[in-house]
Amino acid sequence: MRPETLENLQKDAIAEVLKIYPEKAKKNREKHLGVDSPEGVKGACDKTKSNKQTVPGVMSQRGCAYAGSKGVVWGPIKDMIHISHGPIGCGQYSRAGRRNYYIGTTGIDTFVTMNFSTDFTEKDIVFGGDKKLKKALEEIDVLFPLNNGISIQSECPIGLIGDDIHAVAKKHKKESSKPTIAVSCEGFRGVSQSLGHHIANDMIRDEVMPDASARKDFESTPYDVAIIGDYNIGGDVWSSRILLEEMGLRVIAQWSGDATYKELAIAPKAKLNLLHCYRSMNYISRHMEQEFGVPWIEYNFFGPSKTTESLRKIAACFDDTIKAKTEEVIAKYTKMTDEVVAKYKPKLAGKTVMLYVGGLRPRHVIGAYEDLGMEIIGTGYEFGHGDDYKRTKEDIARSTLIYDDVNEYELEQFVKALKPDLVASGVKEKYVFQKMGLPFRQMHSWDYSGPYHGYDAFAIFAKDMDLALNSPVWSHTKAPWAKTEVGA
Amino acid sequence: MSELRQIAFYGKGGIGKSTTSQNTLAAMCHYYGKKILIVGCDPKADSTRLILHEKAQNTIMQLASEAGTVEDLELEDVCKPGAGEFHPEDETITTGFIMCTESGGPEPGVGCAGRGVITAINFLEEEGAYDDDLDFVSYDVLGDVVCGGFAMPIREGKAQEIYIVMSGEMMAMYAANNISKGILKYANTGGVRLAGLICNARMTDKEYDLAKQLAKSLGTQMIHFVPRSNHVQRAELRRMTVVEYSPNHDQAMEYKELARKIIANDLKVIPTPLEMDDLEALLMEFGLEDDVEEAIVGKKEGEA
Repeated sequence: MRPETLENLQKDAIAEVLKIYPEKAKKNREKHLGVDSPEGVKGACDKTKSNKQTVPGVMSQRGCAYAGSKGVVWGPIKDMIHISHGPIGCGQYSRAGRRNYYIGTTGIDTFVTMNFSTDFTEKDIVFGGDKKLKKALEEIDVLFPLNNGISIQSECPIGLIGDDIHAVAKKHKKESSKPTIAVSCEGFRGVSQSLGHHIANDMIRDEVMPDASARKDFESTPYDVAIIGDYNIGGDVWSSRILLEEMGLRVIAQWSGDATYKELAIAPKAKLNLLHCYRSMNYISRHMEQEFGVPWIEYNFFGPSKTTESLRKIAACFDDTIKAKTEEVIAKYTKMTDEVVAKYKPKLAGKTVMLYVGGLRPRHVIGAYEDLGMEIIGTGYEFGHGDDYKRTKEDIARSTLIYDDVNEYELEQFVKALKPDLVASGVKEKYVFQKMGLPFRQMHSWDYSGPYHGYDAFAIFAKDMDLALNSPVWSHTKAPWAKTEVGA
Repeated sequence: MSELRQIAFYGKGGIGKSTTSQNTLAAMCHYYGKKILIVGCDPKADSTRLILHEKAQNTIMQLASEAGTVEDLELEDVCKPGAGEFHPEDETITTGFIMCTESGGPEPGVGCAGRGVITAINFLEEEGAYDDDLDFVSYDVLGDVVCGGFAMPIREGKAQEIYIVMSGEMMAMYAANNISKGILKYANTGGVRLAGLICNARMTDKEYDLAKQLAKSLGTQMIHFVPRSNHVQRAELRRMTVVEYSPNHDQAMEYKELARKIIANDLKVIPTPLEMDDLEALLMEFGLEDDVEEAIVGKKEGEA
């Protein structure tokens, strides 16, 4: 008989899950599931199929192209107004849900948590909405004169009826002399929100990057960096930039959490682009490298080990004074994070975790859990590509179940088979697992907590995981008659 | 009182569909006293011009746009009685009448005309436009079945009989075949049937034989061969049907005959559309296309 190793358990779980599928669906899904380990050669991280259409009929957790553009990339830019062009639902249900923190007076000079929509009705579909859009743009400028530009985010019907939003944007830009950017991110395009990120990046490339006016009087320093792909969820970017500033660097732009239009436009002045969420902003980072010669590196600010590693990696791109200061920063904070580890590790060590999230987190948060002695035994991306899975290999510490675009059924079965102590995923999964009596953390917007980036944030992360796992509530999830007496 | 029959006229754009349908419906009213509602499903809103003696002024979608939503409209706002003898209260010539409504829609190049058709037809049904007094509801649909919206009249519970207006030209025949495919798609779920081809003659070579053969291939009949007559154009200049303009003219008699055949028609079939090759073979057989050798495809007249 085979030994009951973690790897065998994981492989059996996949085989079990695939059993229920008809032949065609099975053939499709088995390419998205696999097991890999740090020692594995050509394992699931290299082979997993990704960025493919979801099998019809299953419950996918994916979003749409509009979600990728409006919800992720453009939405957090605080001094611009992002108008959802189409029926009201997309705008309203995506309103302020992602906790992109920002500083400013909402409704006066910043607008992130507001919902702007052209509110399509039947007649707009039939007669077209170009005129209504134009009118809405004009109203925006009257009601909110301090806006620094408008982006138009297309909903599905716009692509069907062929509204020429780019012509409207062009006209309005000329009349208002403010940036007006139309984004054709209709939800039906592509297989997930991932294409929305790409389309949004392309519009920044085409409409923002050529705007040299913001860069004209910019005074450079040798230490200018830009944070790319941090959306300031629960304040993430703030707890990140303080570290960079303490290192002696000057953060000239944050994309796009707590960002302004001007910050987008001056980013090509950076000496180095620091890329956190690779998935959603690698496109524009590559463009800035080719067009403006700005190099970029990826970093990871989840947990002290990865943060320290990343700070040294960033410092290596600069001179010795920066490197020296970086060591001081690391020394200063390590003392603090050691205390956090000392406090929480005894309560959390050995606990197993299964992740299922999007963007960069399926690999980036692994380090933070490992710092607390927790063990990741399964992870997967909602909308990752092959390069995400390849990068995941470096972060896994043991045999790990890899699942791409995993559906509700599969995830539930995997959790039942592997029995993790904690599931960390999105709000759609949260209640499924909590009702199963399992501790859960919502890792899309940090479950109303955060920030989770940087040293300071690690204390919050550790506390949150402890609260989730060691809450006394879990001792009440079993009916009294179903409990077996311990030691009886 | 017979049961309400819902019919539709389809056909390639520019074939004379609206002219044919209006003259035919006018004949059904004029000579046979039928009570008819015409639903124009074309953003151009010219399916009822010859009955009203003017272009329909208020389309459903235009009024809905002004009122805010289609729910704010009343049936009286959008259903207009025909002019002169077609008015319900004018019984000098016939007790029949024709009511007219147009879905309307956007200017060319914007919005979604197909959605306009769907919205308009739903509105008419919900408001009870198809009441017991009527003998016929007739849909006049733009050009080809380009999208789901223009297939609305042939979906479940709508038109049961489709008349395709065509001529002996190649493109008109392609279109007729395509429309048959559309009918076939909905035939099993919605009960729609092809009821015949109306050949609106262009006086091309062997047109009669060709139309008859196409009808046979599709499994239907050429219900009538309407010869070409300038009298139709003369009537149109006065924004009238030839039936109303000169009811004793030979051309009016043609429409009378077509009207009679439609009223009596009981040949309603699920069409058997042709494959492209078969259609071309048919055209070749009747000399529209010479037996084309591969070598001369794409060569100009002078060449090869």
